[in-house]
Amino acid sequence: MERRWLVYPYHIWMLLFTVVPLALIFYFAFTVKGTYAFTLENIQQAASPVYLKVLWHSVWLAAVSTFACFIIGYPMAMILATCRVKYRNMLVVITIIPMWMNFLLRTYAWMTLLEKKGLINTVLSFFNIAPLQLLYTDGAVLLGMVYNFLPFMILPIYSVLMKMDRSLLEAAGDLGADAWTSFRRVTFPLSLPGVYAGMLMVFMPAVTTFVISRLLGGGQYMLIGNVIEQQFLAIGDWNFGSALSVLMMILIIISMGLLSRYNKNGNGGMLL
Amino acid sequence: MMRFLRRSYTALIFAFLYLPIFILIVFSFNDSKSRAAWGGFTLRWYEELFSNSAILDAVYNTLTIAVLSAVLATIIGTLAAFAMHKDMRQWEKKIVMNLTYLPILNPDIVTGISLMLLFIFVKMNLGLGSLLLAHTIFNVPYVILTVLPKLKQFDQSLYEAALDLGASPSYAFRKIVLPEILPGIVTGALFAFTLSIDDFVISFFTTGSGVNNLSILIYSMARRGIHPTINALSTLLFLVVLVLLLAVNRRVTGEKKQKHA
Repeated sequence: MERRWLVYPYHIWMLLFTVVPLALIFYFAFTVKGTYAFTLENIQQAASPVYLKVLWHSVWLAAVSTFACFIIGYPMAMILATCRVKYRNMLVVITIIPMWMNFLLRTYAWMTLLEKKGLINTVLSFFNIAPLQLLYTDGAVLLGMVYNFLPFMILPIYSVLMKMDRSLLEAAGDLGADAWTSFRRVTFPLSLPGVYAGMLMVFMPAVTTFVISRLLGGGQYMLIGNVIEQQFLAIGDWNFGSALSVLMMILIIISMGLLSRYNKNGNGGMLL
Repeated sequence: MMRFLRRSYTALIFAFLYLPIFILIVFSFNDSKSRAAWGGFTLRWYEELFSNSAILDAVYNTLTIAVLSAVLATIIGTLAAFAMHKDMRQWEKKIVMNLTYLPILNPDIVTGISLMLLFIFVKMNLGLGSLLLAHTIFNVPYVILTVLPKLKQFDQSLYEAALDLGASPSYAFRKIVLPEILPGIVTGALFAFTLSIDDFVISFFTTGSGVNNLSILIYSMARRGIHPTINALSTLLFLVVLVLLLAVNRRVTGEKKQKHA
């Protein structure tokens, strides 16, 4: 116990910079503006139909983009995991590089592609197709989410597949399973932890984003992240903003709980 | 047939990931404000970029904060990792680990507003100082999580052997412990540096008016619409990232080769 004193500064650090800030959100969420009086009004207002609708829309878009990332990303993860060792590292690096590019620039890139006089519409006009409204739609926001978060789905699945014991597949083959059966019964169940990790890593930033929705959805487009951002930076109603944040955190905890419950079920199924 | 399918799928995904960036780069050399028609080659957007003091200020802020917050977070995180490794009871460790993970699991927007509330609550002036503090705060957990595994791998008996052979604790620490865990510390520092450069959301909430980093500046420019200088900026940033990543990759594979040898 010679260096016991070293522990306390970090305890204080965490208390000050992790616990207190979160406690402040709860404090503001449950008090009347400018006073110390307890109230449930902010939470009630945040749970009113207008904002629940926004919340639902955010969850829906995030869920759809998560599912799209899964469908698109899973085959890619399999290709990476099963390709020849010689190419593997390079292919993984190529998959990662866009992730290192500034998030805003990646989103901005789609603005230039999707806008009215953008490249896609110009190409379409060569085929005599009238310009489409691509930017500032649900589709554009979805596309932005999938584009930005796809690597977050590919990488965890890839790393789980890499750790998988290949002899299991040989065993399945020896026991007469065809490729599809051994995928369905062996590979896929074993890769589920990676799938859940990927889903979490896509869903979380997607459901809380306000950047993608602002740039690709337009100024009037509202996800829960936009509403919170507005309350804090434009309107300055921290109490209501905090209440919305508390609601969003509850929602995230619920979805994480659901996901980890499925995860356990998945493992349980595997044991049988 | 399977091979053909695999190759075309890979090509398709890579095209999806890279085409937007590629088009951004091409149009940064376009001598016309249009985003669809080619008006000839030019470097004027780059000239505009380098004569735009707001952008240069933002680059300067971004780099300063990235370096300083990485250094601070590395020092604090490494010390914290040592403390967590050595001197904690089981239940204490569990709480501390969970609290360390919490900021990583928390959505950025929640971290951002919670820190903003804290800074305003203690009447701190929002600006470069609060930005630096915020970046240090969100970097510390990442340093801890890269240093801690190295400490766990470290064989304590080596340190004790050094002491038995007459080394002073600080000498043994410098000569035995530090070289073993240094890769973890360096990785943590690099991680912190890149996270700081890349951060937008937390910076957005914890900065004051008039103080921009690159991400904040890009956001406010993009919100106003599209401008070719952003393309030029993207091109340069993409090149920097590419070079950095290749260098890091070489470093990592070099380490692996050394271990095998």
